[in-house]
Parts: sequence; C-alpha cells; structure tokens
Amino acid sequence: MIGRVIGFFHRGCSVNLGIGLPTLVAEMVPAELDLVIQSENGVLGMSGRPRRGQESPTLINAGKETISVRPGASFFDSSLSFGMIRGGHIDFCVLGGMEVDVEGSLANWMVPGQKITGMGGAMDLVHGAKHVIVVMTHFAKNGQAKLVERCVLPLTGVAVVHTVVTDLGVFFPRDRRFQVHALASGVGLEDLEIPRDLLRAPEQLQGGS
Amino acid sequence: MNRSDTSKVHADARSALADVRSGVTIMSGGFGLCGIAENCIDALAQMDVNDLTVISNNVGNSGRGLVKLLRRRQISRAICTYVGGNPDLEQQMLAGQIEVTLIPQGTFSERIRAAGLGIRGFYTPTGFGTVVAEGKEVRMFDKPCLLELPLGADFAIIKAQRGDTYGNLWFKEAARNFSPLMAMAARTTVVEVEELVEPGGIRPEDVHLPGIFVQRIFQGKDYKNEIEILKVVD
Repeated sequence: MIGRVIGFFHRGCSVNLGIGLPTLVAEMVPAELDLVIQSENGVLGMSGRPRRGQESPTLINAGKETISVRPGASFFDSSLSFGMIRGGHIDFCVLGGMEVDVEGSLANWMVPGQKITGMGGAMDLVHGAKHVIVVMTHFAKNGQAKLVERCVLPLTGVAVVHTVVTDLGVFFPRDRRFQVHALASGVGLEDLEIPRDLLRAPEQLQGGS
Repeated sequence: MNRSDTSKVHADARSALADVRSGVTIMSGGFGLCGIAENCIDALAQMDVNDLTVISNNVGNSGRGLVKLLRRRQISRAICTYVGGNPDLEQQMLAGQIEVTLIPQGTFSERIRAAGLGIRGFYTPTGFGTVVAEGKEVRMFDKPCLLELPLGADFAIIKAQRGDTYGNLWFKEAARNFSPLMAMAARTTVVEVEELVEPGGIRPEDVHLPGIFVQRIFQGKDYKNEIEILKVVD
C-alpha cells in the first residue's frame, strides 16, 4: 500500500502525512524523491526517525512521535501551517479512512457512541491539499468494505478524495463510481465486495486474476 | 538580574496565576505534550478552581499535562481538535461528564489568531457538509464556505524556551504550534520560560512573539519535557 502511495509522488513535491498508516510513508520513501514533508504541528522538511540520543521532546510530528529534520527545514506556528495547507501550497495529503464513498466523501474521525478521535487537521487538509490520497485497509473489522456508495459515519469532507489506496487496489472516486486504477496481484473485482455497478474497470482488469 | 524596572515578571506560577477564578476560560499552548506550560498546569492543579473552560488542541495526552486537571474534575468544558491519545478525555466525553467541542485544527488556530488580531470572522471551506457546519452561515465562493468567528479567552498559559523581561519570546523547534496565537488571543497571557533573559537577550529579528502580547512572565523550573512516543534508529 505504501509503495502505491509513493508511486503518485513526483520529485520534490510537498506532502502532508496523517497519523497511523500514512506515517510509514516517511520511513519508506526513497531519498532520491527529495520529498518536502510537512507536519501540521509546524514543521516543513521533516525527515525520518532521529538516531538514538539525538531525539528532542520539541521535535515531533503530528502523531507526537520524535522526528528529525533535513537541511532546509523550517518551523512555524499552527496558523501559518494550516494557511500553507488551506492556501493550496501542499501538493499531496495522505490520510487514513473509515469510509470513502463514490462521490469522494470521506469519514475518518468518529464512530458515534463508540470511538471518537476528533478530526484534528483532517477537515482542513482535505480542502487544502491539491491531491488527497486515502490509504486504508480495504475491509473494516466487521468485514464490510470501506469503499461504499454513501458514507454513513460522520463526514470529514464532502467530495474531497482523489485517490483511495487499499491492500486490494487503487481507486479513483469519479462520476459516482470507483474507477479501478490497479489491483493487487491475485485480486479480482469480485474480491472487492463492492457492488459491480459502483465499479468502472478497464478491460484488462475485468477478467479477474 | 535587576527586575525592579519591569512589571511583567513574576516569581513563579502561583504568583502569575493568583487571580484565576472558577468559571474562567483558559487557553493552553502545546501540541500533545510538546511545548506545554508545565509549571502553570501544576499550579492550577493545586488551586481551588473548577468549572474551567479549557481551549487546547489535545487537553493533555497519555495521562499527562492537562489530564491532571481533568482527573481532578476541574474542567467542565473543553474546546479542542483531537482526543485520540487522551483516554481520560474520551472517557469523560463518552460518559457525558464534560462538554467537548471539537473544531477542525486549521479553523481552531485561525479562530484563535483572529481573536488576537481583531478579525471579526472569516470564511473557510473546512467543515462544509459536516457536523461542524451546523448552525453556521454558508457563503458561496469558488466553493461553499462557512463563516467562522474569533475564539478568545480570559487567560492563556504558554511555555517558551526563552523570554525577556518585556515578554518577547523565542520558541524551540516545533514547540511553537498554537502558543503565539493563544498569547495574542487572551486578555491575560501568562508565560513560563526555561531561560528568562534581559531585554536584548533575544535578537529583535529572532523574536517569534513580540512582548506586547504578554502580560506576565516567569522563570519556570523542574521541566520534564516528556517525549510521548519515542521513535529512534539505533
């Protein structure tokens, strides 16, 4: 999944990474891509984990994990950080998800009565970044596909997601369907547990594995 | 150090927070545990004040920071953006013991900034079509946007690495986050620093927050500067 996400990046692009799965991108991205990673708590030019003994309590990412920075990094306050995001200066954001629907609406911050994490910066990010990528497991813990016709959980944003990357494939919510961009090896359309009329797949992906 | 010519300098947190009363609204800087006003939080936890409204990104985390006030049930209302990582808050929230308002983080920081800088409102697409939009004016620009209003407070408790006796502040690394914004937005801003210096001790071009926004400042002590999630390579 992380490799698929990295495949969308161009050299030197700016990226904001959400908490959880997306933070793995920072650890796996090849140095030659020269990514400028933003963390919304006020860091531009974030790098991977620090060497043991080099960690600083004032140098963390939005997931509160210790980080390091690369030469050319900068620090700033939260208003400037979200201005950078809202103002359209960040090329990509990568977030986790609970549900994405065919319109590209995303739910990822609350399950009523069960779990509340809060939206953090997600609602701002989905409206600010030029390209919004959701990376999530294909199925929820209850076995239901997280790609749905219409989100039922409280929304993070309406019609904001450009790309969904799951363990089974890569999808673009477009024209009220999920356009299947790629499938993991050995995965066929029938494995997605998404109603066939919500999928649009190129010829070569239709025959299953 | 000669402090007789300054009126902002206090001896400690207890002195700087002496007029905090029950029912007031307090903003608290910091992201998770990074850059929190440890001395001020400890002082409030020892004071007989409750029914507080706290404006803070996380309202403490991992059982620490503002969680000290949560556990003593001093906080009646919390305005924040993220409760993941703060089981005490999530638990009190689900049990209906505390009133929690969740705000998108960019809107949160900009509302605070607006309060400090005299902006009466702004329009943002953030939150359109979500529960955040309930009751808010919607105006169509290139896309539909919500009217958001300023968010101020009676007090702000802020930690900076270095401050001078005029209240000019310098923050270390990513510890700046909401702190300069909150310092601007509160009627009374109380700052604790690891290094209190004379004017000139911070070069003018290195001042992150001008002292005009700071009412009280003191030299803090016994900093723990806890790391919440240690990730390193060996």
